[in-house]
Amino acid sequence: MELQPYLFLSAITFIIGVVGVLSRRNAIIVFMSIELMLNSVNLSLVAFSAFLGDVTGQMLVFFAMTVAAAEAAIGLAIIISMFRNKQTVNIDDINIMKW
Amino acid sequence: MSALYLILNFFALAGLYLSLHAQFIAFIQILVYAGAIMVLFVFVIMLLNLGDEKKLNERFSWKKIVGAGLSFGVLMELIFVFAYSKSNLPPSQFEKATEIGTVENIGMQLFTTFLFPFEVTSVLLLAAIVGAVVLAKKKLN
Repeated sequence: MELQPYLFLSAITFIIGVVGVLSRRNAIIVFMSIELMLNSVNLSLVAFSAFLGDVTGQMLVFFAMTVAAAEAAIGLAIIISMFRNKQTVNIDDINIMKW
Repeated sequence: MSALYLILNFFALAGLYLSLHAQFIAFIQILVYAGAIMVLFVFVIMLLNLGDEKKLNERFSWKKIVGAGLSFGVLMELIFVFAYSKSNLPPSQFEKATEIGTVENIGMQLFTTFLFPFEVTSVLLLAAIVGAVVLAKKKLN
């Protein structure tokens, strides 16, 4: 089994997520990019787990998915309340915590 | 539209997990990500009713160029590291992977070695439920 191709794919999807977070201004799309980054790290963890014959990597992926589910629920709730107050999801317009 | 492509990506990742003999993770990927999380995303997109995506005014700026350039640099670095790390890797144990990815083995590990993190996860999910309900409520009193 080759480990390298999985790691390359993981790196590429991670960077796609990073570019999405840095360059898009739509909060929902930024959020989806974060999910993409979490997924790419999961892929490399599972690849290492299979390569080394160790179950720990897959357990870590399980917990990462739990955290991602919680994070998605909270993040989308924040986006909804943000949209309710400001009528926008553009993250450049939301700067109330900036000084 | 991008949400649908993200769902496609999740399904493709589940296929890759199956190719790595991680059956449990593959099923969880489809159930949790493609099932639960993306339904949440699609619902929020529907509820917000943003209309035309172009109205968000995605401006072109030098910050984005710098960000994309730096990200590309990191990508090149990662690929370089992965490509030249082949000789440092321990020998592959891939024949064992068929046994470790089964639901039986994962469940066994989850309730013995990883029992404490598993229990802490339930507290985390409870906090997330309460937080989501409080944040999305109509009015905070």
